[in-house]
Amino acid sequence: MGKTLQKIKISTVNEMPKNLGKTVTIGSHEIALFHLANGEFRAIENRCPHKGGVLVEGIVSGDYVFCPMHDWKISVKNGEVQKPDNGCVKTFHVEIEDGNVYIVL
Amino acid sequence: MSKQKLALIGNGMAGVRCIEEILKIQSEMFEVTVFGSEPHPNYDRIQLSNVLQGATTINDITINDWNWYKENNITLFSGETVTNIDTTKQIIYSDANREVAYDRLILATGSIPFILPIKGADKKGVTAFRNIEDCEDMIEYSKKNKKAAVIGGGLLGLEAARGLLNLGMQVDVIHLSEYLMDRQLDPAAGKMLQRELERQGMNFYLGKQTQEVLGEIDVKGLRFSDGEEISADLVVMAVGIKPNVAMAQNSGIPVNRGIIVNDYMETKIPNIFAVGECAEHREMVYGLVAPLYEQGKVLAKRICGLESKAYEGSVLSTKLKISGVDVFSAGEIFEDEQAKSIKEFNEWNGTYKKVMIRNGKISGAVLFGDTKESNILLSMINKNADVSEYLNAGTSEPSVSLVTSMSNEEIICGCNGVTKGDIVTAIESNGLTSIEEVKGCTSASRSCGGCKPLVGDILELTLGADFSKSNQKESICTCTTLSRDEVVAEIREKNLTHTREVMNVLGWNTSDGCSKCKPALNYYLGMIHPVDYEDEKESRYVNERLHANIQKDGTFSVVPRMYGGVTNPDQLRKIANVADKYNVKLLKVTGGQRIDLFGVEKEDLPSVWADLDMPSGYAYGKTLRTVKTCVGENFCRFGTQDSIGLGIAMEKKFERVGTPHKVKMAVSACPRNCAESGIKDLGVVGVDGAWEIYIGGNGGTHLRAAELLCKVKTSDEVIEITGAYIQHYRETANYLERTSVWVERVGFDTIKAIIGDKQKRMELNQRLDEALSVLQEPWKEIIESNAIQTGLFQKVKIPAISNK
Repeated sequence: MGKTLQKIKISTVNEMPKNLGKTVTIGSHEIALFHLANGEFRAIENRCPHKGGVLVEGIVSGDYVFCPMHDWKISVKNGEVQKPDNGCVKTFHVEIEDGNVYIVL
Repeated sequence: MSKQKLALIGNGMAGVRCIEEILKIQSEMFEVTVFGSEPHPNYDRIQLSNVLQGATTINDITINDWNWYKENNITLFSGETVTNIDTTKQIIYSDANREVAYDRLILATGSIPFILPIKGADKKGVTAFRNIEDCEDMIEYSKKNKKAAVIGGGLLGLEAARGLLNLGMQVDVIHLSEYLMDRQLDPAAGKMLQRELERQGMNFYLGKQTQEVLGEIDVKGLRFSDGEEISADLVVMAVGIKPNVAMAQNSGIPVNRGIIVNDYMETKIPNIFAVGECAEHREMVYGLVAPLYEQGKVLAKRICGLESKAYEGSVLSTKLKISGVDVFSAGEIFEDEQAKSIKEFNEWNGTYKKVMIRNGKISGAVLFGDTKESNILLSMINKNADVSEYLNAGTSEPSVSLVTSMSNEEIICGCNGVTKGDIVTAIESNGLTSIEEVKGCTSASRSCGGCKPLVGDILELTLGADFSKSNQKESICTCTTLSRDEVVAEIREKNLTHTREVMNVLGWNTSDGCSKCKPALNYYLGMIHPVDYEDEKESRYVNERLHANIQKDGTFSVVPRMYGGVTNPDQLRKIANVADKYNVKLLKVTGGQRIDLFGVEKEDLPSVWADLDMPSGYAYGKTLRTVKTCVGENFCRFGTQDSIGLGIAMEKKFERVGTPHKVKMAVSACPRNCAESGIKDLGVVGVDGAWEIYIGGNGGTHLRAAELLCKVKTSDEVIEITGAYIQHYRETANYLERTSVWVERVGFDTIKAIIGDKQKRMELNQRLDEALSVLQEPWKEIIESNAIQTGLFQKVKIPAISNK
């Protein structure tokens, strides 16, 4: 199925404040890219499974983001909605190289 | 061994709930097939009136979505109706010519609305109120038509009527009895309810029998048996429901009013069971959710072959779901030779209570206006408590003993069907210690919150000595057991300076807090260290971080400041130009007397602000929103004071300073109160030669009239009192606690005493001035900072990539 993965440069580590998200659109994908407190970067689909809220604007705590619409708690590591709510969002692979942030699609 | 075939007819709350119970006990035992006439997965029918009232949406009321059926390997035939059952061969036939064999069959066909057999009942515009389609029809109708008539002044009819009012229709309610909800209320409570609903805008025709629906094709009106006619474009029949039993009856299953079942929900035909509104148990048919869930549990155990306690019937209890109206009724409600009552009627507060006693035992209750005692009373009725227990309830601690006597099967949270046993198990196996944790784990108290006190009691009962009541209401979130006051004291004492430090030092159980404690700590730190604390943008809710109001589609709205609600041609031209340039989707005049520009993209915000060149109106902030003013003495013939001048001065003085929650103010120039000073956090009313200052008012969720704090002579004094009041609120309120709640918690007299003390007032103002001194205009700050714009506002857009 000759699908080639592409590595797309998004930003630099320094330009992204910790515990905040950045809205990234790549073609038809809308992605929320987060710089976590521990320095890691994580990317998930920018759409809460509840009512389509923009997750990128949520409050980030540890490995979780809280949707700004109705406060659903979602893991930015595996995309899973935390109990007592249910659901899942897509995750995207992020790579850091020479202070640059890439999303691999 | 191959699986047994279990079929369910009726894809509603009772039947699906029973399947859930069966899966909990024996997930592998059955191959499950479900038939449902409605083209939807299982939804919460009770919430339809909230959908109609606009409090929730159809999407939100789904209980089991399509995935649930898939995940549990349940074959669902929705939009398909079963027409016949061959009870000897054990086969079901559907209207899609499907044949399905079963080993066990559950009938949960529910009810059908009762449509009055009167002339014209089939006209266009006559509807029942039973399912999603009815609800959608009414919403559609309300868009094009003005006048609605609801036939039936019972629970369902009144909820429908309230919904139609919310949809902007004029609503007449026609009821056969002389007073409303006559099945659940006595005349006294029924009349009080009528007065309250009339105040909300409903119009009643009581003691009227509808004889004919008028009109050609479309409904035009109604004629009553006394000849009176009214006009209507929409007629909702809410006169009752009847068990949906025709198919069962035709298939030879014995039916009386409902399908007859024994104490184990077994019909008289082998391997066929019935549950919910279609079932008749001991000559009772139930139309409420709690009994249906109880029946479902008994049936699930029976079907899985477990020992089960017999179902012995339920006490009916009702709450009306109309905002601003608290009505509760349970058990028997009418006095007779043997049944006596204790009544309390408070005309001033508009509350009424009647507790029924039969043979010395509590047998029923009606509450109006104040339903706090409903849980306690319902439990007492359920366990047939002695009247002495009720009379002593005030002195002893009855609540704990109440949950003690409940069985594990008893439903605590009716909205989510959570039993006492579920809660106890969750507490024990997960080590839960707070109501919040129980809510997170079991969903109990998550919807209407009415069962919170009971959940608290169960916690206390289960944890015994480990339970600390003081931790319950006070802990600021589930990351800590510390209360607001403890956290604030520790920050001051240990001189903590940022949120992560607070979390580390005070032993938070999460590494990085949550969406509740982060903004709260950020506020407390800023309040305590007004000059030195560096505000943490990442600990702010998005609106306060980006200084705009997020909308449901992820765009933002922008509200520039218009001091005192006064504007000028120059400002209006700028707003108009910005609206054109950025394709603003909606321009709306707000309740706070300014203009809101909707639909602005995040990355456009800084340039929108630059073009407006006006200060932020803080329409998103936990701070002073606006000072609403009436026009005052300069133009108004009644005005006694310069309300605009004072309003502008107050807004300029107090804008931008962070408060626990938003603060709204108003200045009116006479007691006609055109600026609505009586429902503001602080409202000023001009009288001849003086200003009256009112505090703790609220026009929102917690509607509350403000109380008169004092009367002063000059505008300077108003500002001085206001400053002290704001600062005292900043220092003592819980984060996200509005002044209306705070005034009630702390006590109006306490606040009045502190602000009345000259020395304290001065100190409060000094501390407020310190906080005010360092504030900057946020929009300007962002316009001038490239770093903030890049970090917070810019999006990254990459055109579509090709995958080779």
